[in-house]
Amino acid sequence: MDTRDVSGFPLTLEGDPTPMVSFRKVTKSYGSLVVLDSLDLDVAEGEMVTVIGPSGSGKTTVLRMLMTLETINGGVIYVDGEPLTHMPEGGRLVRANNRHMRQMRSKIGMCFQHFNLFPHMTALENCMEGPVHVLGLSKQDARERAEELLAMVGMAEKRDQHPSRLSGGQQQRVAIARALAMRPKVMLFDEVTSALDPEVIGEVTTVIRKLVSEHNLTMLMVTHQMGFAKDISDRVCFFYGGRIEEQGTPDELFGNPQKERTQQFLSAVKEAG
Amino acid sequence: MSYFEFLSQYSDRIVSGTFITMALTVLAALLAVAIAVAAGLIRMAPNFAVRGVAMVYIEIFRGTSLLVQLYWIFFVLPLFGITLEKFTAGFVAVGMNLGAYGAELVRGAILSVPKGQWEAALALNMSPAKRMRRVILPQAVLIMLPSWGNLLIELLKGTALVALISVADLMFQVKQINGTTFMSAEAFGTALIIYYVLARFMITPFMRWLERFMMRKMGRA
Ligand SMILES: Nc1ncnc2c1ncn2[C@@H]1O[C@H](COP(=O)(O)OP(=O)(O)OP(=O)(O)O)[C@@H](O)[C@H]1O
Ligand SMILES: [Mg+2]
Repeated sequence: MDTRDVSGFPLTLEGDPTPMVSFRKVTKSYGSLVVLDSLDLDVAEGEMVTVIGPSGSGKTTVLRMLMTLETINGGVIYVDGEPLTHMPEGGRLVRANNRHMRQMRSKIGMCFQHFNLFPHMTALENCMEGPVHVLGLSKQDARERAEELLAMVGMAEKRDQHPSRLSGGQQQRVAIARALAMRPKVMLFDEVTSALDPEVIGEVTTVIRKLVSEHNLTMLMVTHQMGFAKDISDRVCFFYGGRIEEQGTPDELFGNPQKERTQQFLSAVKEAG
Repeated sequence: MSYFEFLSQYSDRIVSGTFITMALTVLAALLAVAIAVAAGLIRMAPNFAVRGVAMVYIEIFRGTSLLVQLYWIFFVLPLFGITLEKFTAGFVAVGMNLGAYGAELVRGAILSVPKGQWEAALALNMSPAKRMRRVILPQAVLIMLPSWGNLLIELLKGTALVALISVADLMFQVKQINGTTFMSAEAFGTALIIYYVLARFMITPFMRWLERFMMRKMGRA
């Protein structure tokens, strides 16, 4: 596959409304293993899109590409109308340099399966770190913002605890607050409940529901919880082999799947409970 | 002469030697830590040429004898116009040598900070320098502290070599005492005990305390 030629891609996305996130023929491979295969995916502003699919189908990779944790092998990703993986130079697109990526990355926040809170900082310090040291807010302003968000996720009382003193569900809620403190336009959730005990999954999904209903965030979420995906998503994408095999509203995809692979996957998931 | 008479006669020199040894140890340790952090970080630079500088440094100082390095710094550097006073030459040689070992500790500790920490810091859009300084290094310190305890004991023992360029440390003093009294067992036996006490009852407890202090700071205690 050609890794360089992006001459056919626009410098910026035009049109109204512009998608908040746009994958255009995005290819990602590790050696000979093609993980994303010429993927096209648009997410509208304020839309909640859920990605489901079998293990190894490339779900995590989609989020990691968008967070610039992986390099791109083909195609272009746009965020908020501007290229993320590339940048315009002399009237054409070239690979994004670090400066461009830092500028674009400020629009995106991510929550991880294993929380990845900073263990040497309290919950509050975790949430102040980015605002103070990246956005340049004063300690005072950052603290106010962090306290507000910790209250929103129900962690105000634990703000002075280090992550090692918090349960998985509590850590994940702090991680959500930490990401939100950067005021991203797009939030990415990668199986944020998979590492949690069943009885605390609800605390985290409640927070995400709240985000969906009260904030106009664009969200892209990978999950294995079909019930949650069904409730909360505007659209569900079923991934298979690094492509979108089928997508639609939750009712369409879960109620009346068209493709055989989708049907198989959903019935396998249902059987597993 | 009984051992008590021996001690009462030579305790002044033994004590002054012990203080010189302690001073050498502290200064060499500070230098070693500074060099270890610098060389450990440079060793991980993205640019091959930059990385190479640290690799060569580490190779040379780990691959050759500390005694030869000491002689180089004290006897050979003056030929190139760099003359160091012998005390300085002593702790600089020990510090540079142990710093090379420490660099590998620093690198190893940085690499063993979980990948998720780098990714979370990147997701917050932190600059590479901030990621290192505010997220990775504090965690790496906790990982490498136990190994530093061992290294500092090696460093203390290494300082005994500076007696060979006539720095009046503990080893130098007991050698001199042995030369005039021929009481080898008493002289070197005392030195043995003092080195052991410094290592086990000063360095080890200090490092334990430092570990607990850092753990508490990170909310792990
Ligand atoms: N750094 C890497 N090097 C090599 N292969 C990788 C790497 N990261 C991911 N892969 C491979 O890419 C494929 C897709 O991985 P990805 O993590 O996106 O899957 P997933 O859909 O999130 O799966 P899961 O449900 O198990 O989390 C897998 O086959 C995986 O083994
Ligand atoms: Mg995954």
